[in-house]
This record gives sequence, C-alpha cells and structure tokens, in this order.
Amino acid sequence: MNIAMLLDMAADAFGDRTAVVCGDQSLTFAELRGQAQRAARVFQASGAQYVALLDTNGPVIPVAIFGAAYAGVPYVPLNYRLTTAEINELLERVKPAVLVHGAEFVDRLTSTDGLQLLDSEALLALKDDGEEIDGAMVDPESVAVQLFTSGTTGKPKAALLKHENLTSYILGTVEFGAAEETDGVLVTVPPYHVAGIAAVLSSTYACRRMVQIESFEPGLWLETCRTQNCTSGFLVPTMIGRIVDYLDEQGEALNAPSLKAIAYGGGKMPLATIQRAMELFEGVDFTNAYGLTETSSTIVVLTPDDHRMAASSDDPKVRARLGSAGQPTGAIEIEIRDDNGKVVGPNELGMIYVRGGQVAGEYKEQGSQLDSDGWFCTKDLGYFDDEQYLFIDGRADDVIVRGAENISPGEVEDVLREHPAVADVAVAAMPDEEWGEAVAAAVVLKPDSTATVEELQTLVRERLRSSRVPQTIIFKDELPYNDMGKVLRRVIRQEFAALVEAT
Amino acid sequence: MSKITLKAGARVTSAVSDVQVMAIKIPAGEYELTCGGVSMVAAGGTAPEGASIDPADSGETLMGKRYVDEAETVEFLCTKAGAGSLVLDGKPLAVKQAKQLPSSD
Repeated sequence: MNIAMLLDMAADAFGDRTAVVCGDQSLTFAELRGQAQRAARVFQASGAQYVALLDTNGPVIPVAIFGAAYAGVPYVPLNYRLTTAEINELLERVKPAVLVHGAEFVDRLTSTDGLQLLDSEALLALKDDGEEIDGAMVDPESVAVQLFTSGTTGKPKAALLKHENLTSYILGTVEFGAAEETDGVLVTVPPYHVAGIAAVLSSTYACRRMVQIESFEPGLWLETCRTQNCTSGFLVPTMIGRIVDYLDEQGEALNAPSLKAIAYGGGKMPLATIQRAMELFEGVDFTNAYGLTETSSTIVVLTPDDHRMAASSDDPKVRARLGSAGQPTGAIEIEIRDDNGKVVGPNELGMIYVRGGQVAGEYKEQGSQLDSDGWFCTKDLGYFDDEQYLFIDGRADDVIVRGAENISPGEVEDVLREHPAVADVAVAAMPDEEWGEAVAAAVVLKPDSTATVEELQTLVRERLRSSRVPQTIIFKDELPYNDMGKVLRRVIRQEFAALVEAT
Repeated sequence: MSKITLKAGARVTSAVSDVQVMAIKIPAGEYELTCGGVSMVAAGGTAPEGASIDPADSGETLMGKRYVDEAETVEFLCTKAGAGSLVLDGKPLAVKQAKQLPSSD
C-alpha cells in the first residue's frame, strides 16, 4: 500500500467531491488526481531525487504530495520561516531536486545549481499530456515523505516516513469515506510539519473537503470557518489561545454553527485555555492528539467524551485527565520504561516507547532507531494513570539534573503559572558549579502586574520542595516559541548559560 | 477452484464483478480466494471465460472496508466495490470492526 492509492480510492468513489479549497482556488478529488498525475510525469522526467517544496498552504500542497508519490520520489516540504542560510543548507542536502515554490520565495535561493525550479502556479496549470501512472506500482517500502526536524541540538535531522508507515497510520485511524458531503476541515498547520502531511492524507481518505488558509490569524480563521461552513479544524494550543483571546477582546461569540469538532496537538495545552475554549465553543467536540514526526503523527487521543467527563468530574483523578494526552489509538503499542529499560506500572514516570506499523523511527543519516523488537524511544517522558491515560512530562533532554536529582521543568512551571501575576513561564537548566545544573526560570508577567523573585521562589518552596526552587528568575516581555507553539527551551537555556558566563 | 499466490501488497480482482482488493496483511503463500463463489485473479490477469457469480451469494464487498479472517491473521482492503463476498480457503472473511476514533488531523 502506498499513499497514491489513498487518492486513487477517493477519486474513484467520490471524484466529484471538493478535495481542497483555498481562497478562490479549488479542486475535486478527480481533479486533484489529474493534477497530481501531471505533476508526477514532470517529476519523473526531471530525474530528480527529491521533490522539495517551499510554499505556504494552498492546493499545490496535496498536488505535490501525491504527485511525488505517483512518481515514486520522496517529498520534502521545507520550513519557509527559516533563515535564508538555513533554507539553502537544507536544499544542499536534497539536491538534485525539483523545487516547487511560491513566486515570493525565489529570492530566498542563493544558488539554483542542482535545482529545477517549478513555480506552484505553473504546477497547478499543467495540461493533460500523457499516460496515466499506476499508483499501485510504487514500492510501499520506499520513502514517501522526508521531514527535517527542528534540530534542538545541532543540525536538523532528516526523518524518513515510508509509504507503509503513512498508510498504516491512515488505515489504522481513518474510516474510508467517513466524511459527509458537507463536511470541511479547516487546515492551518504548516505544510512542512507532520500534522500538515497527516491533514492531507486523512482528509483524502475520509473524502473530506480541506479548507486551507495560508497562515493563521484568529480573525481570518473565524471568518473562513463561518463563510466556508467548516465542520472541523486542527489547531495547535497557542492558536486556540489566540482565538479565545480574540473572541474575549472583541466581545464576539463563536458564531460558527457548522463547527462540530476541534482537534489540537503539537504542544502542551494550558488547562486554563482548554477550559475557556470548551466554554466559548459550546457544543463543539474537542480532541487532543499526541504524536511525533517519527510516528507518522497521532498515537494517543483524548476524545471529546474524555474532555467532557474530565471537565465535569468531581474526582480529581478524572479532572486531571483534561491535561493528559489521552489513550493509545489502538493502531500502536506503548510502553513506559525506567532507566534500566524495565516496563513500569501505572503512575510511574519513565521514557515513552512506541511500536507499530506507523512508527518509522528512521533518519536519513543516522539510520533506523528501532530496537531489535521494533520499539522506538520517543525521548518524551510520561506516565499512564490507572486507566491508560497518558500524561506527557516533557522531553528527556529538558530534564534538569541537579546533583543526583532529576527535576522536570513542567512540574515547576505548573506551580509558577498558578501565581496570579504570571502570564507565561519556562523553566530550564542553568550550569552550576556546586550541583552541575540548577533550576532557572524565565517569567513573563501579566500587564500591570508585579511579582518579586522572592515571592515566586517561596511559592515553589511551599508547593514542591527546596531543590525545585529556581535559584535564578529572570523577567521577560515574551518567551521564544516555534510556530507550532512549542516553547524553545534551548534558547532559554542558552540565555541562562550566558548569564553564568557573564558573572 | 484455483489457487493464487498472495503476499502483502498483492492486488487481486474478482472474476465476476468489479471487486478489487489489496492484501494488507497475509503470510506469503498459496491461497484459494473467491469473490461471489469464483476464484479471484491477480490484478491485470484475465478472468476465466464464462464465469458467473454464484446466485446464492447475495453479498457485496464494500469500498474502503477491511476484510479479515476470524483470527485477524489476514487482512484485505477493498479498493473497488462490487458484488460478491470474499471467501479465503473456504472461510468467509468479515468486515474488520475498527475502534471508532474522532478525527485527530
């Protein structure tokens, strides 16, 4: 099975349905297949080893994904928000390549050696000129998509997702043709993120209309949702936060009667945000999805019923689940292991391991990271509660090792966030002569609010224990985030390290 | 009845209707796979002349459904719908009941 067949099935069964809409452009599933086939013939004729893409959301995204699939060439979407130098470094790693690009990105290229440039508009305007390609011929074990990770340490890794990984995810989690004719999902995640790939594949297999906006802005999101009668949407937690703030500021109601469901993921959801969103989006189903690039997207889901049960429960254990990732989808296996590799019981923190057909766990330069039994170490820490709800405790790399003690930044952040003056906070390690590492916090205060370092330290000392107390607290106007709403802890760590060096 | 060589990824067509299926999971080997009571053929192969659907089989194979044996050791995906139900080595295949998940993308 390969991903081109997902589109073949959708086009066979629901060819006249709208597959994708962006502004005044739209394609039916039959048209999408036709365009992807034409793109594939161009990709094949080019002899390129990769189909790279540098563009914002638009119909060109599904055309390029499926076109590359029909051609049997890996698809590599690039992050257009990177610096010019970073973009060109990544391009060096995929040459010789066809580069599908938006017109506005041409001047970001320092060299076009080894690149065949193909304007997105030109790709969408290709005329029918050849034999149909049999999508079923593409080897399921070949690479469908290569995604560059954000590279928290050193240069970005090239994560490889094979056709069989992606189709395993789709067959395991999506019912073919499950969408109603009137359904439409509002897609705001960037095309270079695994959620952007999953959005295209899931919508296609469900035969659901995909409504794209080029980049996220709360007002535009609401307007598009209303005018396009969207029934669902995927958002990262910061986007939900911005929509909630926007509605509050404007004194506006949601006023989108078609909207039935919101899925979110890609970062930690603050409890206050999801609670407020559930109030404002009355009657809308919320789903939390946890997954990684290396697992072809979602592996754990907190369902709408879970949200409602948790929000309305008097039992603190059930209430806490609003902050969990949910339960495994059933398409994969999950284990929590301790430092010695032993599987731990419920409520015990450990490293999250995952196994299943959708787990790729492979990088181009580093090779497969699966162990001999097929398990992949996510490097995320977490624990299951008594009923298999998974709580994510952050990245193993972010753990602060103070003396012999492991301290999770999330635990300290949760306490600091409870202070009425604190708007945002990130906790990270700071080099320390005595302890090796010490706890440090970067705090953003709410407008017109004040809090002293001593006051915040006392709060942590009272709630946790003295080893958790940040020995340094700095106040900032804002914290650095990536565009998926993940706080860039490494940037904060570097700032703390610089502070130490300066003294 | 004639046997057919199957492995994961193999595509098979009904000899008597539009049905096409793909093997998603199956131990490689020789199998007798029928649709509407007549042996299926490899995709692109030719159906035996004069074959007709078993009138006793009023079943249908449905688009996008996954068909499994009782132990779920084999799994086929229907990529084209049509008349006739699927039978593997004399045992009828059933639609796999997947856990219904809310859309997470």
